[in-house]
Formats: sequence, structure tokens, C-alpha cells
Amino acid sequence: MIQTDILIIGAGPCGLFTVFEAGLLKLRCHLIDSLPHPGGQCTEIYPKKPIYDIPAYPSILAGELTERLMEQIEPFSPGFTLGERAEIIEKDEDGQFVVTTNRGTKHRAPIIAIAAGLGCFEPRKPPVENLASYEDKGVEYIIKDPEFYRGKKVVISGGGDSALDWTIFLTEGVASDVTLVHRRPSFRGHPDSVQKVLDLAEAGKINLITNAEVVGVSGDGNLNALEVKHTTDGMMSISTDHWIPLFGLSPKLGPIAEWNLNISKNAIEVDTFDYSTNVPGIYAIGDINNYPGKLKLILCGFHEATLMVQSAYKRIFPDKNLVLKYTTVTGKPSL
Amino acid sequence: MDDMIKVFVIDRDEKRHELDAPTDMNMNMMELCKSYDLPVEGTCGGMAMCASCHMYVLSSHEISERSEDEEDMLDEAFFVEDNSRLGCQIKLAADLDGLEVRLAPVGS
Ligand SMILES: Cc1cc2nc3c(=O)[nH]c(=O)nc-3n(C[C@H](O)[C@H](O)[C@H](O)COP(=O)(O)OP(=O)(O)OC[C@H]3O[C@@H](n4cnc5c(N)ncnc54)[C@H](O)[C@@H]3O)c2cc1C
Ligand code: FES
Repeated sequence: MIQTDILIIGAGPCGLFTVFEAGLLKLRCHLIDSLPHPGGQCTEIYPKKPIYDIPAYPSILAGELTERLMEQIEPFSPGFTLGERAEIIEKDEDGQFVVTTNRGTKHRAPIIAIAAGLGCFEPRKPPVENLASYEDKGVEYIIKDPEFYRGKKVVISGGGDSALDWTIFLTEGVASDVTLVHRRPSFRGHPDSVQKVLDLAEAGKINLITNAEVVGVSGDGNLNALEVKHTTDGMMSISTDHWIPLFGLSPKLGPIAEWNLNISKNAIEVDTFDYSTNVPGIYAIGDINNYPGKLKLILCGFHEATLMVQSAYKRIFPDKNLVLKYTTVTGKPSL
Repeated sequence: MDDMIKVFVIDRDEKRHELDAPTDMNMNMMELCKSYDLPVEGTCGGMAMCASCHMYVLSSHEISERSEDEEDMLDEAFFVEDNSRLGCQIKLAADLDGLEVRLAPVGS
């Protein structure tokens, strides 16, 4: 069991900055994120884009902002549970929260700060009929263990790096038969990988079907065929053991909806006094919260984090008085 | 009004919406749909970086061609057709008066 003072769900910019503000009050933090790396939207969607509205930075790349935040919170040595989704929140007999992830990792804290942004980044699932009934019965959105595909017939869909890289990898002595289906003849992935895939197709090692899209799945309990629509040749059927659609990630609210919080329009309602939710001890900051006048901006999330930790401190130490100290007075941050 | 056009949006329940669209506010179709609470996510805010604003252009209006970024992002959309566009890349302008689009299906 991981014990901390403030358990932060979501390691986007707002979750990260919470560690700093909490650290100034000598509170320890631990962050959970379903992505394998910190930074939230900044890292996942636009790491190479400049942001112009971070005070005192006329321009900063979203990826660099994440790096700087990590540097800023380093003195407070936050803990991280990455690549795991916070799934269940319970309360134990001491009134502390216990948060369990999808992998079963347990965390315990008196305070929870939900900084979950637009939700968990999850694989985009094609709107193909009956798809859900073949999930884990031949349809997988993430390759967990390539060995799983040994000697199998595999169809991959997509045109980005993950589709290209896995096509190459599975072709090299893993799967018995690899087909790549893509909607157009060009690929947006790394030029080297694109060339490699085109070479494999040329050599007859993979079946490359472009200008086409998978539009149907069928089987007898397990997946055994895909219906593919080609822009000029019409419909065709491909027999296969697996289909791996790789269309990137998009954020979904996910388990948060089950936590008995007041939710409207995919956001958690909070009191702007301290960004508390309807459940005492649980706060929500950043893109995930909603209140009259809310703006989904990094700057606003930083402000929310700052006020929130003050309230959290008072919940943990009801008898202690908190006096605001400037960082210029307290000096170099440390726990 | 001079700076207003009408556009039509068919949602995923086949309902046709007639929208008044300003042409003097540097708005695009993704933003317009959102301002009318139509189910368009627009996660990336209109930078052709999320594919959550995929729609089909049904009318014969001439719209600027797809950019390389838009093509790349359409790779992450589903059921892409010749008339597929990212709504955020369709800028509202006077010559789009009467434009008709259909929102593309989204996965679960
Ligand atoms: C393309 C683009 C451009 C933008 N430009 C600007 C700009 O110029 N200026 C600006 O201020 N803002 C901008 N934004 C918005 C800004 O990125 C967000 O406001 C900011 O990322 C919100 O931070 P956050 O920490 O609240 O959430 P996020 O960054 O969304 O991070 C939330 C994290 O929580 C995780 N998570 C969610 N649920 C769970 C769960 N159950 N378990 C585990 N982890 C979970 C997610 O995986 C995610 O990593 C832009 C956004 C985009 C997409
Ligand atoms: S809003 Fe993201 S691609 Fe259009």
C-alpha cells in the first residue's frame, strides 16, 4: 500500500504543479496516471507546439513545460504510479481514501486531488458493428505481448508509427501472416518505417491494402474474418485470427463517473472557494472541474491547485494555523 | 445581417439543424457546432491534432483543399470518404452560405 498526504489522480500540468504547492506546506504527494509518462495533454497531444499564455514565458513548447514542471517538483520527491488507471475509490475505517488501479496497486491518503483533465487517454475504437463482442476474442487495441501473435494471422489498421512499427515487428518471425489496411497510399509515420513497410509489401512478406478500411467483423465467438471496403474494388473479406486497430488515443471520462461525484457535461462540479467536490476530502482541479466561468487553461488550473492545497492542509491539520510565506522568504524548496 | 450565413448540420440521429453562422469572428465549423451544443468534441481546440471534428461535406461548396496535417489526422478518423473534412479546418466565410455537413460516426 502506497501512503501519502495528497493522492493526485492525473499527472498533467495541473496535477504536477499541485506537488509544488503541496510541498511548500510540507505535504507529500503521489500521482497516478494511465499514460506511461507525465504531462497529460501537453505530452500526449501537442508536445512540439508552443504555448504563449504561460506567465513569464513568451513562448514555451508543451513538452518543455512538462519538463520544467518535473524539475520544479523534483525537490519534493513525488511518487508516481504510471501506466495505471485509478479505478476504485473507497474509504477505510480511519476515514482515509484507498484508491485501487486497474492493475490492483493500492494507494492510501486523507486527501484526493482529481486532476484528470479530459479523462483517461484510451485507444480510439472504430464504430464497427458488434466490435465490442470480439474484444479480447481477436480484437485488441493495444499489443501487450507480441508472443501472443506467434503463428497467427493478424490484420493491423492505421497509418501512424505504431501501425507501421508493429507491422514490421510482427512480420519478422512472429505472426504467420500480416496484413496492413490503411485508408490512403501514404503514411504519416517515420519515413524509415514507411519505406520498410513498402519494401516488405514489395517482397510479398506482408499484404498491404491501401485505399481501404475495415468496416465489419465476424466470427463464431472468436473473430475469424473482417469485411474490408476498398474505394475502387468494393467489398472483400479477409480471414484472420486477430485485428489490431491502431487509431491513436483519445480522452474518455472513464471510472470517474462511478465515484459518486456531481458531474455535468463530463466535468466535476466544484466549489470555487477551494475546488472541493461534493465528497469531503476529494478535490477536483484543472480541465476536469466545472464552475460558473470556468476556462480550461493551464494558468487557471495552477491557481486552482494553489488554493486547493490550502484547504487540504486545513483538513489534515484542523488545529494548525497556516500563514502564507513567500518562496522568496522560505528559500530553495525542499520537503 | 451582412456577416451571417446559414449552414446545415445533420447530427448522428439524422436530425437536421439550421445554424446561423457569423463570418466575421474567425470561426470554424467545429467551433460553430460546439457553440450550438452539437456533439462535436474539438479536443485539440481546432489545430487538426485530434480528429474529433470529422464531418462530411454534403453540399457542393468549394472549400480550400485538405492540408497535409489534415490528411494525417484523418488517418485517425473512421469511415473517411472523399468528402470527409475536419470541421475545425473549415473556416466560416460568406461563400459557404448554405453549406451542408453531416457529423461522422464516432467510436465508443
Ligand atoms: C492542442 C492543444 C492546445 C492547447 N493549448 C493551450 C494553450 O495554449 N494554453 C493553455 O493554457 N492551455 C492549452 N491547452 C489546454 C491544456 O493543455 C489543458 O488545460 C491542460 O492540459 C489541463 O491540464 P490538466 O492537468 O487538468 O489535465 P490533462 O493535461 O488532461 O491531464 C490529465 C491526466 O489525467 C490522466 N487521467 C485521467 N483519468 C485518470 C484515471 N482515472 N486514472 C489515471 N489517470 C487518469 C490522463 O491520462 C491525463 O494524463 C491546449 C490543449 C490542447 C489539446
Ligand atoms: S478539433 Fe481537433 S482536429 Fe479538429
